[in-house]
Amino acid sequence: MSTIERLLLKQEIEDFLYLEADLLDGRKFRDWLDLLAEDLVYFMPIRRNVKFGQHDEKENTRQGEGISWFDEDKWTLTKRVEQVLTGVHYAEEPLSRVTHMVSNIRLLDVTPTEVTVGCRFLVYQNRVEYENYTFIGRRTDVLRRNGESWLIAKRELILEQNVLLAKNLSIFF
Amino acid sequence: MTNPIDTERGLISREIFVSPEYHRAELEKLYTRAWLFVGHESQIPNPGDFFVSRMAEESVILCRDARGEIRIFLNSCRHRGMKVCRYEQGNTSLFVCPYHSWSYTTDGKLQGVPLYRSLYEGTLNRDEWSLVPVGRLANYKGSIWATWDETAPDFLAYLGDAVDHLDQVLDCRDGRPGGAEVIGVHKWVFPSNWKLAAENFLGDSYHNPSHRSVDMIGMSGSAQPGQRRDNEYTNAQRVWIGFPAGHGLTAGIAHPDLEYTPTYAQYPEVDEYFRYCFYERKRRLGEKARNLALVGNIFPNTSYHGRQPRSLCVWHPSGPDKVEGWRFFLVDADAPAAVKDVLRHYYMRYSGPAGMTEQDDMENWLYASKASSGTIARRYPFNYQMAMGKPNAANLGPGLVATQMTDQTPRNFYRTYARYLNGDGWDSLLGRDLQPIRRAAE
Repeated sequence: MSTIERLLLKQEIEDFLYLEADLLDGRKFRDWLDLLAEDLVYFMPIRRNVKFGQHDEKENTRQGEGISWFDEDKWTLTKRVEQVLTGVHYAEEPLSRVTHMVSNIRLLDVTPTEVTVGCRFLVYQNRVEYENYTFIGRRTDVLRRNGESWLIAKRELILEQNVLLAKNLSIFF
Repeated sequence: MTNPIDTERGLISREIFVSPEYHRAELEKLYTRAWLFVGHESQIPNPGDFFVSRMAEESVILCRDARGEIRIFLNSCRHRGMKVCRYEQGNTSLFVCPYHSWSYTTDGKLQGVPLYRSLYEGTLNRDEWSLVPVGRLANYKGSIWATWDETAPDFLAYLGDAVDHLDQVLDCRDGRPGGAEVIGVHKWVFPSNWKLAAENFLGDSYHNPSHRSVDMIGMSGSAQPGQRRDNEYTNAQRVWIGFPAGHGLTAGIAHPDLEYTPTYAQYPEVDEYFRYCFYERKRRLGEKARNLALVGNIFPNTSYHGRQPRSLCVWHPSGPDKVEGWRFFLVDADAPAAVKDVLRHYYMRYSGPAGMTEQDDMENWLYASKASSGTIARRYPFNYQMAMGKPNAANLGPGLVATQMTDQTPRNFYRTYARYLNGDGWDSLLGRDLQPIRRAAE
């Protein structure tokens, strides 16, 4: 891949991630679901305080085993969207105000069909009157070519918290 | 209001949910005495294994010492108070304080004191400066409980007849005693008073409408519309029970001829497992198998989900208006891997801060606490008069057994609560004046 091709690809990916953030922050949750691959893996581990030298092995809970904050598929995320859209999911009724910031975007791996993208996320949630939550962390996405656009095939969210400093994870990341 | 905890009239002051004075009194008079859930032996299988837990606002270390004995002590150096362990779990032979390097063996004994000979010889008797141990510790079917009160009754006496219900959280699904394993722990903070969370599990089925959204979408194991849990209680007699020591719950008593209700129908292997367990449990336990746990709260702050999703959750007070929830998720240790996998997914989408059901609870607890803190609001008590005066069932087992939703169970909880705050003796705290309780042999 030439440098120009790589730059164009990076630009295209950035645009896609910003579009995704717009859909979420604009509360177009069903449209957002359309960006998710049918075999999506959506994973947010719990982070643990471990001894120096044990981080690789023990710091994060693992996808596919035990309990994490999220370790789920498109069916479950679809259920979450349906729940918000009932209008009586009181943890999101009235709806939170949310802004997703995405930065530090890098293409980590490029194949003809998939691109692995690393970034940082900063998600700000304001709820009802005085509730404020800031979720900051690192994210790795696997995006799959889908015609002129992309599908999110895998999303790993490394939230920089141990005890969750929020009452709920009722928003989408 | 003359009596802030008027359980006779069903009126309870909002002060107990918002005031720093009540919070302080709870820490000093209740949490220093009641039996509290600390962890599970599956978290510390080998000598030297530890898991840092909490007892209300205190950090404690649950540890299996070098000889294999289970210990719990305060996670605070006896010298200047630094936490001797800030890892969540692991294996060690020594807890070395980062501050001045005093070190303690896994049985809590002070071992290393730097420059002991030149600075402390003749003054400091190391035997007197062990990490502060709990007053009493119990391992009940793998669940580890502790109290700071050396004079507290045995854990099983404290539990009383609630034991038959807690058993269903701790036992294998097929009725074999014990055999559970903790597959993960959620820890999260939210602004509320801990008692609102505990009450939720005392059998407050009345709050069901707040979960309407998750029922509408149908996220049960069978993905039936209208259900967040597969309903195993259709032909069961529902009961709401309060026990003399303050524990409370709601459960089902199955029809004697009850057959298996399909669960997790999306996943045939899981359905098959639960079908097998249902009949095996019936065979093993006989009449007792009719008892179907749902949710409950072991006084003061250990709540459980007995079947779907299966967990123990401790609501640690962290100030009058802050709670730290620690939810321990359980499976049968020897269940097939495919079953465990489906269950953990179900647990994650149901419970805790990312749980589609529990999220709505947290919203309620937060704003109920907030809206009760004003000077005017505090003049008006909460209402606990539901089903007051309704007769109890005499033939459906021990405790105060209601066959309709009732505030009798929380009234019973707050009667015990008031007794702790009053500094009563253990006979009163166990409610020995209220009902005969089963003699427990521990």
